[in-house]
Amino acid sequence: MKIVLEHITKRYPNRNKKIGGLVTAVEDFDLTIPDGKLVALLGPSGCGKSTTLNMICGLEDPTEGKIWFGDTDVTRLSPEVRGVGMVFQSYALYPHMTVLQNIMFPLENLKGADKLSRDEMVRRAEHAASLVQISELLERKPSQVSGGQQQRVAIARALVKTPKVLLLDEPLSNLDARLRLTTREEIRRIQRETGITTVFVTHDQEEAMSISDEIVVMENGVIRQVGKPQRVYDEPDNLFVSKFLGTPPINVFEGHVERGQLYIGTERVLDVFQAPDGPVTVGVRPEGFVVDADGPFTCGLVAVERMGRDTSVVATHDALEAVQMRAIVSSDARVDTSASNVRFRLRPEKTRLFDAQTGQRIHFVGETMEEPAEVMAREARAAAGAPKPEAGATA
Amino acid sequence: MNTRSMKGWLYLIPAIAFLGVFVVYPLFDVVVYSFEEGYNSASQTFFGTGTYNFSYVLRDTYFIQALKNTFILVIITVPLSTGLALLISVGLSSIKKLQELYQTIFFLPYVTNTLAVGLVFMILFQKTAYTDGFVNQIIHLFGGSSVDFIDGPYWAKMTVMCIYTVWVVMPFKVLILTSALASVNPDYYKAAKVDGTSSWRIFYKITLPMISPMIFYLIITGFIGAFKAYGDVVAIFGTNLNAAGMNTIVGYVYDMLYGDGGGYPSYASAAALVLFAIVLTITVINLLIQRRSVQTS
Ligand SMILES: Nc1ncnc2c1ncn2[C@@H]1O[C@H](COP(=O)(O)OP(=O)(O)O)[C@@H](O)[C@H]1O
Ligand SMILES: [Mg+2]
Repeated sequence: MKIVLEHITKRYPNRNKKIGGLVTAVEDFDLTIPDGKLVALLGPSGCGKSTTLNMICGLEDPTEGKIWFGDTDVTRLSPEVRGVGMVFQSYALYPHMTVLQNIMFPLENLKGADKLSRDEMVRRAEHAASLVQISELLERKPSQVSGGQQQRVAIARALVKTPKVLLLDEPLSNLDARLRLTTREEIRRIQRETGITTVFVTHDQEEAMSISDEIVVMENGVIRQVGKPQRVYDEPDNLFVSKFLGTPPINVFEGHVERGQLYIGTERVLDVFQAPDGPVTVGVRPEGFVVDADGPFTCGLVAVERMGRDTSVVATHDALEAVQMRAIVSSDARVDTSASNVRFRLRPEKTRLFDAQTGQRIHFVGETMEEPAEVMAREARAAAGAPKPEAGATA
Repeated sequence: MNTRSMKGWLYLIPAIAFLGVFVVYPLFDVVVYSFEEGYNSASQTFFGTGTYNFSYVLRDTYFIQALKNTFILVIITVPLSTGLALLISVGLSSIKKLQELYQTIFFLPYVTNTLAVGLVFMILFQKTAYTDGFVNQIIHLFGGSSVDFIDGPYWAKMTVMCIYTVWVVMPFKVLILTSALASVNPDYYKAAKVDGTSSWRIFYKITLPMISPMIFYLIITGFIGAFKAYGDVVAIFGTNLNAAGMNTIVGYVYDMLYGDGGGYPSYASAAALVLFAIVLTITVINLLIQRRSVQTS
């Protein structure tokens, strides 16, 4: 089932009665969720992810805008009519019922023509349980199964009515780190097996990146970028997105562009042809640094850490936004640990420029791993003084 | 014993001493008194030991009446007050506007003096030579004939007693139940709503089981409280409860000690032990039922 959110806005009365007025939780949210895909809503706490999910579910009415399931306008329909299944962060398993009773609960609500016989209910509940591989736990109480298993029970309960849409609100945040890894693969497997359109809310970028077909990065109730995880990671539209994705995070510097050259501090660190002159914010992914004794970029060396297959160089720089930066370099890189400085070369495809004021992306030639032919064509166009394709590239 | 637990006991000494002098010792004394036959409180002597005090008490018509009154009070007011409190609490929790104001109003009787409340009840229900009283005027309005609720027939007096008791215990129960309702994770209700559960089924299948530990707590304390009823009865019917036919077990105990026919600590002790046995039995039964039916997560 394709889901379309059309200019959705949600305003709540302020929880703090002394301040009063309205709080905008989600603003002008425009999104199409393709049929059969797993989409993650990603953003920091309080950015409106749950609110968006609750509106898709039907637990909250949007203040403005429309929601479509396929060709049906479901904006004013109640959840059970929409045909959605939902998994809550707390799982919300009824503690006084067994696992089987929990899974059967949605079926027992069916009335009239949809009413099922007891045997049919048990059969469907058992089917849902086998899908999430908890068939041997059916007689237990939720408190008698592990956190990961509770999670599966909650998913089985959400799936038992064979909904068209599965919604999960931070489904992994109550699990420990190891279980989180296996459970997210499990969610991916179930989603693939059922082919059900799934919306997944998380504040953990790694979680979102690892299992979703598409991620929607949100900030303060607004969509900042939508796309395939790798694409959003490589080509962030703005500084917020680039900082939100990636562990360790992107390293952010103040810099400026002068005649196609990027300067950080006084050093000329990279060719950034076609980027306009002026101050910029520079983001360099940890893997964007290459240790090079003749490199143009000098940083203060703090430590060299070898962890497993990674070698990271912890360093400082005056133009750095954070206190320290972290570069992940190849394990055969030679770093003189007794020196006070380390010199780097920057990989253009891992270096991103943003407008110093607005945080919007600034493009430059050579920032993508393009086919050589493409680069040659573009350089030929530039040499010929043809209209330049990059935004704001009129220097 | 290590110094840590030594310290613990040291801190406990004041409490233990206090409880020992004012709770444990009197309790022990009551048992002793109840088996001393023909005790004379003036000379502090007695004839012998045995179970005569118990057989006297259990054959005393005043005690039988007190026992009957207490049981009626318990059986009517405990379910009624708990049920009503549940209804009011559910109502209160679904109100959005002015919820706190209503909660305060319902809590007011809790901080009001029992005797003052009793006086008000008496004025509402009493029928005198000058006035029929407020309640009787309402009965008139519906075409009934007036009843003397304070000095009249037994069932009329019992009605007043029950209404009064329910009214007095209500605020505490409402307070406990509203907080129990508020502590249920709202995700349960959201999940039920997503599944299209009707509100009656949500209440019956989710809310009620979730707050059942608190309901059981209220039932048990309600039983104990109603069995110990005394002050409330005095507030409405005065101190001569035997004459009014409205005595309770605790009232009987008090009369045996200090009433007109008082000065019989042995009889009083025996009656108190009978009450203790009843309360203990009912509490144990309650706890057994609770263990079987209440699920805590
Ligand atoms: N019922 C509500 N009443 C008032 N404000 C709310 C309500 N629900 C959420 N909000 C506010 O809306 C914003 C978004 O909340 P939410 O959707 O829960 O964020 P997230 O799930 O991304 O952490 C927050 O600022 C939150 O305080
Ligand atoms: Mg949330």
